[in-house]
Parts: sequence; C-alpha cells; structure tokens
Amino acid sequence: MSVSRRRFLEGLGLGAAGGLVTSEAAAGSTKHFAGHPGRLGLLHDTTLCVGCRSCEFACAKVNDHPLPAAPVGDQHVFEKKRRITPDLFTVVNRYRARQGTTPAVYRKQQCMHCNEPCCASVCLVRAFTKTPEGPILYNPDVCIGCRYCVMACPYYALSYEYDDPVTPRVMRCTMCYPRIKEGKAPGCAEACPTGAIQFGKREDLIKVARERIRKQPDRYLDHVFGEHEFGGTSWLVLAGIPFHELDLHEGVTHTSLPEIGTSFLSVVPLVITLYPGLLAGIYAFTKRREKLSQQERQAAVAAALEQAAADTKEKLAAAAARAAKDKEKAVAAAVKKAKAEAEKAAKEAAQKEADR
Amino acid sequence: MSESATSERKLATPFNVIAGIILAGGAAILALRFVKGLRATTNLTHDYPWGLWIGFDVMSGVALAAGGFVISSAVYLFGMKEYKPIVRPAILTGFLGYFLVVVGLFVDLGRPWRLPYPFVVQAGPTSALFEVALCVALYLTVLFIESTPAALEWLGWRRARRVVGGLTIALTIFGLLLSTLHQSSLGALFTITPTKLHPLWYSSYLPVHFFVSAVAAGLSMVIVESMISHRVFKEQVEISHEQLDRLTLGLAKAGSVVLAIYFAIKVMALMLDDNWHLLATAWGAWYLVELLGFVLLPCILYAAGYRERRVGLVRTTGVITVLGVVLNRFNVSFIAFNYSLPAEARYVPHWMEIWVTVALVTSGVVAFRWIAGRMPILFEHPDWKGQH
Repeated sequence: MSVSRRRFLEGLGLGAAGGLVTSEAAAGSTKHFAGHPGRLGLLHDTTLCVGCRSCEFACAKVNDHPLPAAPVGDQHVFEKKRRITPDLFTVVNRYRARQGTTPAVYRKQQCMHCNEPCCASVCLVRAFTKTPEGPILYNPDVCIGCRYCVMACPYYALSYEYDDPVTPRVMRCTMCYPRIKEGKAPGCAEACPTGAIQFGKREDLIKVARERIRKQPDRYLDHVFGEHEFGGTSWLVLAGIPFHELDLHEGVTHTSLPEIGTSFLSVVPLVITLYPGLLAGIYAFTKRREKLSQQERQAAVAAALEQAAADTKEKLAAAAARAAKDKEKAVAAAVKKAKAEAEKAAKEAAQKEADR
Repeated sequence: MSESATSERKLATPFNVIAGIILAGGAAILALRFVKGLRATTNLTHDYPWGLWIGFDVMSGVALAAGGFVISSAVYLFGMKEYKPIVRPAILTGFLGYFLVVVGLFVDLGRPWRLPYPFVVQAGPTSALFEVALCVALYLTVLFIESTPAALEWLGWRRARRVVGGLTIALTIFGLLLSTLHQSSLGALFTITPTKLHPLWYSSYLPVHFFVSAVAAGLSMVIVESMISHRVFKEQVEISHEQLDRLTLGLAKAGSVVLAIYFAIKVMALMLDDNWHLLATAWGAWYLVELLGFVLLPCILYAAGYRERRVGLVRTTGVITVLGVVLNRFNVSFIAFNYSLPAEARYVPHWMEIWVTVALVTSGVVAFRWIAGRMPILFEHPDWKGQH
C-alpha cells in the first residue's frame, strides 16, 4: 500500500531504474500496509451541503487567493460546472437542481488526498509526498513541469500555472497541512455552517458515516465513497443520489491506480537481463549460420574443383591412351606399308631378274 | 559531395525560403512561449495538460524514429545484410527524430532547465515517465554514436572511425533493449488513467500496443524516407532503383506481418476487456476508423503490394501507416482522453502549437538534407567500402 510504495520510492537511487523497484515490490507483495494509523481525513456529507460556498471563501483566505467573485449563496455560479484552478483549490458544483420538494445536490471538489496517490506514483522527481498525517504535499523545488500528475489524477484535482514562464507550479489543496500541524482544522471544515464537512481521524469518520447511514437509510445510499475506491482516499463522501451523478467513480476496483499503472515495471528487469544475452545469442547464431554456409560453400567449391581435376585427369588419360593407340595404328600402318612396299620392291626386283 | 559543389548551389531555393519562413516563425513563437509562458502559445488546460507537443513531438516522434533500431537490428543482429544500404539513413532519421523529441519536450516542460533533475537531483523510478526519460537519454546517446561513422569518414578520422565500428554490435543490442523499454513505456504512461482514457483505447496491454505499432511506424518511415531521399539525392545514391524497389518490397512484407500482429493484439484487447458493445457507439465508429482504415487496410495493402510487386502502392501504404500511428498517439494522448468530459472542455491545438510542431519537423528535414548532402549517408565512402 501507500507507505510501502513510498518507502521503496525513497530507497532508490538513480541507477536502480526499474529493476529494484519491482524486486522491492515483489518482496513486499505478501505484506499489507493499510496506511498510517490515526491519519486524518474529511467527510463531506452531500445531503447536508446547501451550496453556500463558504468553504471556497475560507479556502481562498487560508491560501491567500483572491476571493471568489460570486458572493456566498449566489446561485448563478452553478449554471456552469467549474473546476479546480491554481487559485481555486476547492470548488462546489451543483449536480441536481431543486425539483419540487427535493433539494438541489451539491458536491465539494478538491484533492482527495488518496491513500495511494497517482500524482506521487507518476512523478519522475518524487515531488509528492504522502505524509503520515494524511495530506499529500508537493515540492515545487524539484518539479520539472511535465504535468504527468495533472494527467494522471482521476479526480481532476490538480491544476497548473500555465501563465508563469519562470516558476510554474502544480496547484492543489494541501488539506491545510500547516493548520493541521498547528492542531487546527482545515479552513473549509471550520467554515462550513451546516456541518456538511467534518474533520477528524479517517477511521473515526468512516464510523460516523456508517452510523449516519444506519440511522437514516432513506437519506443515504449505503456506501461511503473513498473508503475503498482505488485504494481509498482521505476525503470521504456520503450521498443520497448515485455517485456517478456526482462525477465520482462508481463500482470501481479497490486496487490502487498506482498498482495498476506500474504493473508493467515487472517486465523491465526481465528485458534488461534477458535481452543482451538473447540478442547476442541471435547474433552468434546468425554469424555461425553464415560461417557454416560459407564453410559449406567452400567445401562444395573444393569438391567441385577436385571433381573437375579428376575429370580432367581421366580425360587426359583417355586422350593419351587414344593417342597411343593412334600412334600404334599409325606405326602398324607404316610398318604394313613399308612391308608392302618392300614386298612390292622385292617382287619388282624378281620380275626384273626374270625378264633379264 | 564536395564542398564546392554545395556552395555553388543557390541559397534562395524555394525549399530554403519556405523552410526559413517556417523556422523563423517557430523561433518567434518559442520566444513568446519562454517569455509569456505556456498559456500564451498553447491551448493546454488543467484537464488537458498534454497537447500536440506531447502527442506529436514526443509520442509520435519516438514511434516514427523507430526505423533506426528496426533496420540496424535486422542488418547487424539478424543478418539481413541486403538492407545495409538503408541502415545509415534510417539511423540518421532516428537520431534526428529523437533529438527533436528532446527539443519538443524542452519546449513543453514547465521548467525545462530542470530536465536533468530526475537523474541528478531526485529520481522517481515508479514513474513510467522516468523510464521513458532514462531510456530516451541513453538511446539518444546510442544513436549519436551510431551515426558518427558517417561524420568520421567525412572528416577522415580513421582511427576514431575504426573504434566506433568495433562497437556496432554492442550498440545495436543496447539500442534494441532501450527501444523495447521506452517505446512500450510511452504506452505504459496511460495505464494509470483507466478512468480518463476511453476503454476502447485503454488496455493493460498498452505498452505492447505501443511497441508493436512503433515497429510498424519505423518500417513505414524508412519506406517513406528512402523514397524521398532517393529522389532528392539522385546523383549520389549508389544503389539502383531496382535494388531500392527490392528493399522496399521486403520492408512491405515485414510491415504487413507487423501490422497483422498489431491488428491481432488490438482485437485481442477488445476480447479481453469485452468491449465489443462499445464499437456501436460514436467513439466506436472513430475507433474503427483507426483500426480498420489505418491498421487493417495498410496491412492488406502492404501484402498486396509485396505480392504484386507494386512499389508505388507500398509507398502510399507507408504514408497511411505513418498517419495511422500518429492518429493512434493523438487518440490516446488527447482525442479519446477525457472522453467523459463535456464537449466545451475539449482540447484543440492552438495554431502556434501546430506551427512549432511543423517547424520541428522542418528543422529535422533541413538537418537531414544538410548531412546527407555532405556525409556518406546514402553512399559508401570510397575508403570504407564494404566494411560497416
């Protein structure tokens, strides 16, 4: 879970790349860390929220942001859905307009301070830290501005200072970490006039939420959003209407997104260790095949040459034999001729003798 | 190419004038971006923190530059020596491509001067982006060394050239390893956003999709690049048209096989996630445009082009495949991303973003032209004939 991941995040040097990450993860996979005990959280009960936006004002004051232009209680502001921006860390949106006696439904949006935060997992300089108290902190001093965290956040809770050319930062709710450290409640929780926002230990808030559901089953859906969704969040939400209507994920896995998103890392050490040998092997095989085929070719050429040489020898021998025969014949013929001539001469001589 | 021959060329050619205008405009926009910030030059929002500069310059750029590792592995590791004449242009394209990826990233980062921070200040190795950054940095170095032989031969530095020549196999293996890792990690960037990326494009096998499609993109880019460079540098190309046609057909065969594999794993993803019903939606129609029009169609066309020995068809298919991979990267990084957000929140690139991207591509073409016009890229240096 979050902190085991955090620990191996911190323990890693540069050269480790993927390799150590997964070995650590694999080593820790049989253990389960449920998060720091006693960490803090907030509960937003949307059935109690009246959309007054006092929380937005309190948030702006705490964070030294310009106060929202639309005054408290202004209904026009809800005509368009708003989102978190660099100077609006929390925003209340209306999801169901008032219908007859059914009141409108509002949901406050801000960083959910996940148990296993995507922003921390995807940051390549580890600019995000999940504190033992619960809030996630961001360190602008190492941020390179890749905005992968803004991409990855499933709650659209992060924003970026696109206007700043020199020191742009990722901007989001800090759960009022400085105030928490002083023992105070976050600005929004303190400002909420209806008690829709409650601050406390996360485990206590879950009990509170369950108790409310038990007492008023008609008022609430039997679900505490943020208890388990994607590994759980510090902010918990209660609602009387389906959560998907409030732009919250419904029926999603309890596995954290970082766990889903980094599972591929297990392949990295395999590639690093298997590839060089495998590829060198393929190269060696190719080379060897080449060499063998070359040897075969050479052998074939040698054999062909030998064959050719033998053939020539044979032919030569045959030719020589033929020549010898011819010669013999010629000699024989010559001898015969000479003999005949001699005979003829002898005959002629005998004739001459007889004539005489 | 001799120096005198190039300096005799007129400077005010139509190509140079147009390229000059594009680059000057790009420089002006970049000045504005670094003085006024990203807001002044981009349409990026808090919902869409990654736009064209990531979607094209980085995501597509890396995929399109895959030709370098594909061809060098084929020639040096798998013994397909007949492709040697296209190794150098492929590696040069790869090097310039990756260089421009880093330039594009530099432009897009909020604080680009902190680019080395993940390596020297604080590393976040659980991030897929960390792996991408590390591999791209290393691979850019590998590509640089791999492309130095041409420069060293040109300069006549014989000893250095011999040393680099001895590294070829090791560099090729390292390059293939790094490419496998970061091409896939670019896909892995989105495995953490299952709620934001449309399920038709989201898959836990995204890393595999990205890697295989990058191989197809790399092969296709080599087909397109060799077609253009063999036309532009007619006089110095050593291999004949017939030989290039033969190589192009061979690449088409490989492209067809790779696209068939890609098509198969895309269909497998549909099966594994049981997303068939989504094909009947508007997003499904758009998905089918990509899958059928830019994966299956080029796969068939490559095969047909190879069988019928129609080089022209193969080259057209190369362009289709390249466009298809770019379309896929656009879909993943911003078109099908945030699919559940209302229409008015959609991201459409600012004209200045498009201009900068066009300027980056232009600078790559200009650099390729400059280098190929001087160094032994498309021909073998007479002193080093036959020994790569």
